[in-house]
Amino acid sequence: MIRFILIQNRAGKTRLAKWYMQFDDDEKQKLIEEVHAVVTVRDAKHTNFVEVWDQLVSYALSVLFPQFRNFKIIYRRYAGLYFCICVDVTDNNLAYLEGIHNFVEVLNEYFHNVCELDLVFNFYKVYTVVDEMFLAGEIRETSQTKVLKQLLMLQSLE
Amino acid sequence: MALKIVKGSIDRMFDKNLQDLVRGIRNHKEDEAKYISTCIDEIKQELKQDNIAVKANAVCKLTYLQMLGYDVSWAAFNIVEVMSSSKFTYKRIGYLAASQCFHESTDVIMLTTNQIRKDLSSPNQYDTGVALTGLSCFVTPDLARDLANDIMTLVSHGDCVKRKRCSVLIMYKVFLKYPESLRPAFPRLKEKLEDPDPGVQSAAVNVICELARRNPKNYLSLAPLFFKLMTSSTNNWVLIKIIKLFGALTPLEPRLGKKLIEPLTNLIHSTSAMSLLYECVNTVIAGQYCSSVGSVVLCVQKLRILIEDSDQNLKYLGLLAMSKILKTHPKSVQSHKDLILQCLDDKDESIRLRALDLLYGMVSKKNLMEIVKKLMLHVDKAEGTTYRDELLTKIIDICSQSNYQYITNFEWSVSQPVTPHPPGISVSWWTIRVFAVAQMATLLDNAHLLTGSMQRNGICEVLYAAAWICGEFSEHLENPLQTLEAMLRPKVATLPGHIQAVYVQNAAKLFATVLKSQEGNTDSTTAQETSQLMIDRLPLFVQSANLEVQERASCILQLVKYIQKLQQKDVEVAEEVIALFAGELNPVAPKAQKKVPVPEGLDLDAWINEPPSESESEDEQPKAIFAKEEPKHSRPRHTEVDEKELARRREARKQEQANNPFYIKASPSSQKVYQDAPGVEHIPVVQIDLSVPLKVPGLPMSDQYVKLEEERRQKERAEKKKKEKKKRKEKRSGRGKKHDSGPESEEDITPAHMVDIVTEEMPENALPSDDDDKDPNDPHKILSLHFFGPFQVVVSVIFENKCDSFLKSMEFNVLDSLNSKLQRPEGSGPHDGLTVPFQLPPGVSNEARFVFTVQSIVMPQKLKGTLTFIVKDSSTHEKLDFKLHFTCTSYLITTPCYSDAFAKLLESGDLKGSSVRLEGVNMPFHHLLARICFHHHFSVVERIDSCASMYSRSIQGHHVCLLVKTSGQTVSIDAKCDEPTLLGNVLDEIKQTFSQC
Repeated sequence: MIRFILIQNRAGKTRLAKWYMQFDDDEKQKLIEEVHAVVTVRDAKHTNFVEVWDQLVSYALSVLFPQFRNFKIIYRRYAGLYFCICVDVTDNNLAYLEGIHNFVEVLNEYFHNVCELDLVFNFYKVYTVVDEMFLAGEIRETSQTKVLKQLLMLQSLE
Repeated sequence: MALKIVKGSIDRMFDKNLQDLVRGIRNHKEDEAKYISTCIDEIKQELKQDNIAVKANAVCKLTYLQMLGYDVSWAAFNIVEVMSSSKFTYKRIGYLAASQCFHESTDVIMLTTNQIRKDLSSPNQYDTGVALTGLSCFVTPDLARDLANDIMTLVSHGDCVKRKRCSVLIMYKVFLKYPESLRPAFPRLKEKLEDPDPGVQSAAVNVICELARRNPKNYLSLAPLFFKLMTSSTNNWVLIKIIKLFGALTPLEPRLGKKLIEPLTNLIHSTSAMSLLYECVNTVIAGQYCSSVGSVVLCVQKLRILIEDSDQNLKYLGLLAMSKILKTHPKSVQSHKDLILQCLDDKDESIRLRALDLLYGMVSKKNLMEIVKKLMLHVDKAEGTTYRDELLTKIIDICSQSNYQYITNFEWSVSQPVTPHPPGISVSWWTIRVFAVAQMATLLDNAHLLTGSMQRNGICEVLYAAAWICGEFSEHLENPLQTLEAMLRPKVATLPGHIQAVYVQNAAKLFATVLKSQEGNTDSTTAQETSQLMIDRLPLFVQSANLEVQERASCILQLVKYIQKLQQKDVEVAEEVIALFAGELNPVAPKAQKKVPVPEGLDLDAWINEPPSESESEDEQPKAIFAKEEPKHSRPRHTEVDEKELARRREARKQEQANNPFYIKASPSSQKVYQDAPGVEHIPVVQIDLSVPLKVPGLPMSDQYVKLEEERRQKERAEKKKKEKKKRKEKRSGRGKKHDSGPESEEDITPAHMVDIVTEEMPENALPSDDDDKDPNDPHKILSLHFFGPFQVVVSVIFENKCDSFLKSMEFNVLDSLNSKLQRPEGSGPHDGLTVPFQLPPGVSNEARFVFTVQSIVMPQKLKGTLTFIVKDSSTHEKLDFKLHFTCTSYLITTPCYSDAFAKLLESGDLKGSSVRLEGVNMPFHHLLARICFHHHFSVVERIDSCASMYSRSIQGHHVCLLVKTSGQTVSIDAKCDEPTLLGNVLDEIKQTFSQC
């Protein structure tokens, strides 16, 4: 299951942080920094997975958060934004990679050619999109049309 | 008027909405923290307003700040207020803030119970939605207990499909926090697996898969239901989950595996989704012990497609799955060696590392040479030291796997410069010694290449072995004179002392061989030239600070001088010189010496000769500057030599003998097994006291074993009615037979050269044991401690001149601490430095020893010090600061202990316990033990599976006992010692060692 979802830009500014596990505030910041450090050093020739037993890249993570031995990070970069999902080590990498892409396509549709500023100024809407697609660390809805329909309904309530 | 003011202030408040805040932060990049603190002040004002819209806006801004890492926990109560707003827009903001900020220790959470209950049962599906999503993030055990029932109601009676799906998903979180709810809820959950709505169905699958991952046994009964779902569902996401669940169930129920093969292979053939394909392959692999060879072959084929793909992700996953197959079906993977070797060229390091792991498991006798050759190519072009180190380690691991079982061509392996060749192993290659000698001679000739990279771990250690091999088998050398010349080059003096010592000793052996050949030529001048060469070069070693080198060199120098005199009188000496080194070594098993029973009536501790009298030793004692520090010459001036003193000298001698490759050619780890007082009665080592260790006392013994062994084998053979040629003294026993059970059968392999793996000779009753811990030698330790007396410690410091100028007048000084003091000559003050007794030409290193008095050994010490020196050319004074680190470990002495003595020690109850856990130790258990042995001077008492007891003793006689257990990547060490402080520090140091790897 998903442990957290992060969207960060290259400079490490958080654009979204959804936690499905309970961490305290310090831990959350530490994790955000570590994930940023691990992910930004990788380039296009690298895989989209950071497994913690790859000690070379995420040694710090595994030391700070021993439970991370059972987790891995699956990420994808879109322009200047890194979309990272932290899941259990036994989870299917490719499925979550597709999950990220599906999520980005919904955002793109919802914000009409999404860019980083859309996410900044409408940060609470991004959380709504996440909540429509993921719930309690599981996939809630994969159909883009259903999610978009629901989002428009919610928007009409404002 | 008042109304107007209020209205104005509200307007002002509304001026700064979320957009303004975001813009403001972007405009105040320079002083962001300051800007935000003013914003937070404003937000605090806004939260005091009664207007819920203002409050919601404030909470929204706070949520944004929280995301940026600012503390907003002080606003928890306001968040609860906003959550309870009746307006959905505000409620949503409240729940969002709560799900981002609340955690179990947030105390206002208990105020929310009723609000959440109300929202869950609200007729408005959106209210229920936000309540459920919020709850999934901040659910606490209390909330779970109080709301479990409401959620169950939603699950079973929810009229809205969406609501139903959400509440099913959230059940898992509730179970986690309040496990008692699982039992009553389970029937309903099971019902949902057959819900007409695919969304609800998949939610139920998700929850059950997650539950089953923790405890698969309880969910075996659901297998038929899942099987039905698997064959009917078209949702890849659900399929992946179900297949993953089956992956966890098949090991518990082998029949499932058979049943699954067909639908799984169908999916593998039909699906276009890589994620699903990968999941299927993984599950087939998981149950492969019961699956057919055909399906494994299919998986390997599919994985090959993945690995060949240009997508890095697929490549990586392919390799990962491949390594799982390797464990059970190595042959089917081995045929794809070419592909995996290609992956070593990949740009992504993680792919290269996966490929390396795979190669390690794929090595067989047939392909070892090719694989290592490939890897060596990669070492040359590897970028980045970590990857390079990994490569080198892997090469060594690959070669040394299972006691070199895969190496059929030792000639080849000798020519690989990176493989470490401890002398013991080279001896076991005696059948190819001719070739080995030639290789080693070349190696010595090019030694400067290796010494250049001396810092590289252990590389120059190979010279130690090379020198020995060349000396011992000098008759096979093509050009012994050239090798002799190479061994006596001045550059040799930069090598570590123990290597120099071997050089000197073997130069003498070579000298004998050279003399013989030259005298045969009847040209006496060349022979005399050779002697002259020795006489010219040896003084360099006589000056060495290393006692061992010094002693051997002066001994040999005298010998050569004598020979020269004889030569000048035209006396033929070669035969006699050769006789000095007569006899040939046979391979001896590492443990053979230990197993030799002590002959009756032999008292090992008794002197063979009368102890040398004091005056005699006075004469021998060179007037060296270090004489005082060296245990050997450190005899106090009083005439009586007490028992303790004798014991200590014996100890020192044993240690020296252990370091001497000519003494008893036992094991590469002989340094570790020298005995100490406890358990002495268990160690039947024949110790023959030799003042000049030139002969090989072990030889007659090993001959005896050969005979014994052969007799026994002959008997065996007669029984088996096997007629075998018995030309060699070779045999496979115990360990040898094990090779047959390796993953690849041996019959189909013809070794490139007829070389047998010689199992080392063992006494008849010797049991084969597996704890061949490597003996990692680290010659580059700057600080090595030799214990001297109860409170005196001798520190050897190696000075290396790395600059281009000549250094002289070096003074070594240390700032004493209360506990540790540098011993200074009488009459000098407490802050005076000690003169280093040598000068350093550029690029030269030398070793000096300093004595420290240590009050207590239970605490580690760090001493600050300075080295002052004069640069000769510029005559300037220079200063170098350093720190000396006295670890507690350095006060421990490797001491063997036997299990019964160990048990008694633990029973005695005098020891206090302590323990430590190491997380994430990613190495085989025997490596772990070897590391503890090597770095912390412990010895293994007993090892059972993944559990081992270890023992060591401090120089003050503290017993330190360890119980090391490993499970997965966690290692727990329970320790006992009669000095708790010492124990604590030793454990800390062990922890340190493993945190560095």
